[in-house]
Amino acid sequence: MASPVLVLSNTVVDFGATVLSFDCTVSQGEIVAVAGASGSGKSTLFNVIAGFEQLDSGKVSIEGRDVTALEPAQRPVSMVFQDNNLFTHLDIATNIGLGINPALRLTAQERARITEALARVGLAGFEKRRPATLSGGERQRVALARAFVRRQPLLLLDEPFAALDPGLRGDMRQLLRDLHEETGNTILLITHHPDDLVDLADSVLFLNGGRIFAHLPKADFLATDDPATRMFLGATGPRPSADTI
Amino acid sequence: MLAGAVCLAIVGLFVGLPVLSLLLSPVGGPLDGNALFDSYIYRVARFTLLQAVASTLLSVAFALPVARAMARQSRFPGRIWLVRLMALPLGLPALVAALGLVEIWGRQGWLNSLWTSVTGAAPISIYGLTGILLAHVFFNMPLAARLMLAGLERLPNEYWRLSANLGMGPVAVFRFVEWPALARLIPGIASLIFMLCATSFTLVLTLGGGPAATTIEVAIYQSLRLDFDPTRAVALSCLQIAFTGALLWIAARFAVVEDDSRTSGQRVRRFDGRSFGARLRDATTLFVFLVFTAAPLVAVVRSGLAADLGRLASDPQVHKALLTSLAIAGAAGVLTVALAASLVRARQQALSRRRAGPSALALASGISASTSLVLLVPPVVLGSGWFLLVRPIGDVATFAPYLVIAVNVLMALPFVVRVLDPAFAQHRSRTARLADSLGLSGWSRIRLIDWPVLKLPFLMAFSFAMALSLGDLGAVALFGSQDMVTLPWLLFSRMGSYRTADAAGLALLLGLICVGLTILGTMRGRAPLEPHHG
Repeated sequence: MASPVLVLSNTVVDFGATVLSFDCTVSQGEIVAVAGASGSGKSTLFNVIAGFEQLDSGKVSIEGRDVTALEPAQRPVSMVFQDNNLFTHLDIATNIGLGINPALRLTAQERARITEALARVGLAGFEKRRPATLSGGERQRVALARAFVRRQPLLLLDEPFAALDPGLRGDMRQLLRDLHEETGNTILLITHHPDDLVDLADSVLFLNGGRIFAHLPKADFLATDDPATRMFLGATGPRPSADTI
Repeated sequence: MLAGAVCLAIVGLFVGLPVLSLLLSPVGGPLDGNALFDSYIYRVARFTLLQAVASTLLSVAFALPVARAMARQSRFPGRIWLVRLMALPLGLPALVAALGLVEIWGRQGWLNSLWTSVTGAAPISIYGLTGILLAHVFFNMPLAARLMLAGLERLPNEYWRLSANLGMGPVAVFRFVEWPALARLIPGIASLIFMLCATSFTLVLTLGGGPAATTIEVAIYQSLRLDFDPTRAVALSCLQIAFTGALLWIAARFAVVEDDSRTSGQRVRRFDGRSFGARLRDATTLFVFLVFTAAPLVAVVRSGLAADLGRLASDPQVHKALLTSLAIAGAAGVLTVALAASLVRARQQALSRRRAGPSALALASGISASTSLVLLVPPVVLGSGWFLLVRPIGDVATFAPYLVIAVNVLMALPFVVRVLDPAFAQHRSRTARLADSLGLSGWSRIRLIDWPVLKLPFLMAFSFAMALSLGDLGAVALFGSQDMVTLPWLLFSRMGSYRTADAAGLALLLGLICVGLTILGTMRGRAPLEPHHG
């Protein structure tokens, strides 16, 4: 097993009404599906990793470095959300360029990288287009292209394909897998679709009631007979046939 | 629909008659012949334009850092009160605010005494262009800041997370996120403020100094009431109509400003205001804003409480003015709401027919146009038109109360329509078909279906219209007489006769009533928009 890239040690976020606490270790190069009912703490988990939520106690380390006290910008993390990943008033090249240099001071070489990344996600020649003229799938490809040029060791995807048609989802999964193989980064992916989980993930983080309920290799997760997990799989996806249980 | 048509005809006649009589008056002679007259009008028009441009630029420029600081600091204790403070100046009668500004910035004011004791120099005068600009910024900068803040808070939450994740600094955030959002709003905000400043009457009347600092609105009033020069009043009124017409035409080309401080409901979280430097900078900005906006209000309360309130409370003139004001404002409020309700209802009925006939469509578009027609003719112009129309018939004073009420009704009409229209539309879409299918009609429909849901919008519209009428000085200044003294008029004359303590007490009273009504009119309580089930 590879070295750990992300370690959460007893991180506690106290919202008053609910207290969330996470504890886990993710290995270098893994794709981890993050699953759980809504309200189970998936988004808070991402906020903790990316630095958007201040901890009441505990520690976050990425690549062996303690990042608990670091601002979001200082953490080696890229994010892709379900929607609004692009500033709608800026063209595609600028949106990606901001990922290379947040003040948009770009060298010729860096501009070439933008063009390259666009071609890589199948959007060659889209530099001057505005986000509004792109389809939902194309916009998510741009977001992946930006994550690609940033080359951060950790990529957090918050239901990135939730707004896409089933046909497109398959293409996007393929693209994500290709980029992952090329960069060797570690990916955490929040998803409600068992397809994403079955197709992409190496392991599954299952959240329940603000805690990490289970962190299992995919095969073990799919074979488990825990009722909460079974309910998640059964309620959201095609019911597994009798012989797989 | 018949009621709507009648109401439309009333509005049309009431605005159309004086405008026609103004436009058709023979004013050619003096305009062509008298060079002095020409240069006076030219000077007034130029000053009107100049002060409006300067007020708009200053208001927008100062609002920008305030809105940014407010948006960046999305959570701190007392933030909600700062947001409410942004809405407060608009609810305050201009006269009361002018008094408060004089307390702070005037010759005897707090700032000037500090200035003279530190530097030994002569005090700065608030009267003239300085005072007008100051007052316009006091009123409009918080409005601009509130609209900009709402615009920033409407941006998707992901933008802030993204810019923090990408490490964008304050300059980059301004350049790539905040400015593009604000740049879309600023033309609309600026034209709204420009319109308000170009037709401003009370502030210019109280803080303007002589003929060098007079706007068209005030010049109309002066030519009618002080110099009695109807020809000049007519010429100025025509100029004002042309002026506002041009402004409305320009404003219509920009996006409409939504005066809606609600956001998408999501909680905004910013990550770029957490550093010590950012907090210090924003705290300083907001503190300056707080002092600038709140100090005149505090001054009004302080000197109002210092006044001999007991004597004022037993002054028969005050009693009479208060009763007159309440009667006029109450009548204006009821009439505005009734008029607006029948117009809104008629328009929606006319448009809801599947195949609306030409007459129904004409009625609907006539009603839509009537509200902007009212904006075209500012109250003082409307009043002066009626003044000139009524004068040949008899003593203006006998018609005065009715004319003041009517002018106030029309003044408030566009705003009240804006409150009632969405409420009616929503209520109609939720209940009309069901009520029709159950055969509910007449009184029982009003009592069971309409009133329980619409009473809150009605109350809001009423208190808003009443506050506008209560604080109005323009119409009363034109028609006021010994027999009809309203609270603002009494305040104005006590200010003019240097009975400052009385003025302070009256200002406090007037301010409290108007702010109370405005709060009532703009609160978005838990509206009973969902009909009860079971």
